[in-house]
Amino acid sequence: MSQEILDGLAAIVNEVAGTPVADITPDKAFIDDLDVDSLSMVEVVMACEDKFGVSIPDSEVKNLKTVGDAVAYIEKAQA
Amino acid sequence: MTTSQRRVVVTGLGATTPVGGDVATTWEGLVSGRSGVRALEGEQYAELPVRFAGQVAVEPTTLLEKSESRRLDRCQQLALIASREAWADAGTPELDPERLGVVVATGIGGIVSLLEQNEILNSRGWSRVSPMSVPMLMPNGSAAWVGLDLGAKAGIHTPVSACASGAEAVSYALEMIRSGRADVVLAGGTEACIHPITIASFAAMRALSTRNDEPERASRPYDTGRDGFVMGEGAGSLVLESEEHARARGARIYAEVASAGITADGHHIAQPDPEGRGATRAMRLALEGAGATAHDVIHVNAHATSTPQGDVAEAGAIRAALGGDIDHVTVSGTKSMTGHLLGGAGAVESVAAILALYHRVAPVTANLEDLDPAVGLDIVHGEARTLRDGDALVLNNSFGFGGHNVALAFRSV
Repeated sequence: MSQEILDGLAAIVNEVAGTPVADITPDKAFIDDLDVDSLSMVEVVMACEDKFGVSIPDSEVKNLKTVGDAVAYIEKAQA
Repeated sequence: MTTSQRRVVVTGLGATTPVGGDVATTWEGLVSGRSGVRALEGEQYAELPVRFAGQVAVEPTTLLEKSESRRLDRCQQLALIASREAWADAGTPELDPERLGVVVATGIGGIVSLLEQNEILNSRGWSRVSPMSVPMLMPNGSAAWVGLDLGAKAGIHTPVSACASGAEAVSYALEMIRSGRADVVLAGGTEACIHPITIASFAAMRALSTRNDEPERASRPYDTGRDGFVMGEGAGSLVLESEEHARARGARIYAEVASAGITADGHHIAQPDPEGRGATRAMRLALEGAGATAHDVIHVNAHATSTPQGDVAEAGAIRAALGGDIDHVTVSGTKSMTGHLLGGAGAVESVAAILALYHRVAPVTANLEDLDPAVGLDIVHGEARTLRDGDALVLNNSFGFGGHNVALAFRSV
């Protein structure tokens, strides 16, 4: 798993939801564990698209339950 | 005592204004005559006929968490800061959330957020428009965020009546408690819409002062040299509480909210009735509702926006409403220092009126150098004035485009 993407994503979640960076680990679920609500999730996705130069369609967002899911998706999309 | 006769009192105050970032600093400024109006920096203002305003003395983002600030329009940030101060000032009352209400008014709401998102739409397309756009622009957003912050569940409301909005919030909160819907209500008003488009729009009405070379002296109610109002931003908050509830928890009580007189001009969309008949009737209704007479009134915080027509129309209305008792009533125009906070004005000026009653000090009307002879009132200027002791009433007037008139009566306890 890319540490660079994980760090970048953690910075985004921290910025959007105020969750401490240290709590943002691959096993955590955005909605249940990280104070990210459905509106914040849209912001996280927008910021990821800009930061990592990928496209994350709405149909995929519902599969990104955890931080690890998102990192894996972004890695694959960048490849 | 039936619920319709419940006495309602004020137990907490909050404010963030161009004069100060909290109630204490704002009050000290109003008493000493310190203006919060400044020149607007930035090239977006350079071509406008008006290049100054009253911006809040303390940037709201310095007082909020970053993740909190970014989801709030500036008017919501100000409302949250003022409401937190008021709630703490009231001693953070503990009560059943279903007995706690919130009424936070605004005249315009999150227009600056809407404009920012419109720029994003035009430059980057719909997919980059923030999912927080709607909560940020909706006029009830401030009330809703304050309600969430306090966990209020008795009902959350947002009166919108232009520059009378903040006063209407106090009146609505009074009714919520009197009718038995709530025991405690956080009432307030907020506005933060200083932007080239709002300045251009008010300037197009020829409503704004154009005294660009002397911003601090531009808001000058009752002065012969007044030439329009000065835009300001800020928020005021009051904790209203049934007297029974306040006494039971031993709360400090500033004043009783004795009554609200509300009328409409039925005259013009933006100009005041030159005879001030609606305003007169609002003040008379406020006195009647309070079971008081003009003799009880010691002070009026006037709407006094510094417009040529409005100040004189209101002065006539005050004279008509108070009649022969006018000689012992001091009148202050605090917009001379704060500028006109639009939807926030009625709440911030309620705070000022209540403190005038509580401390028995009438704040200054700044920049009054040559009193317009058509005014015919005892306008406090130069320095603050001590008010008499004993049972007394103060009034706070707020009027809004659309012909809205609200006169609030606060009584000593």
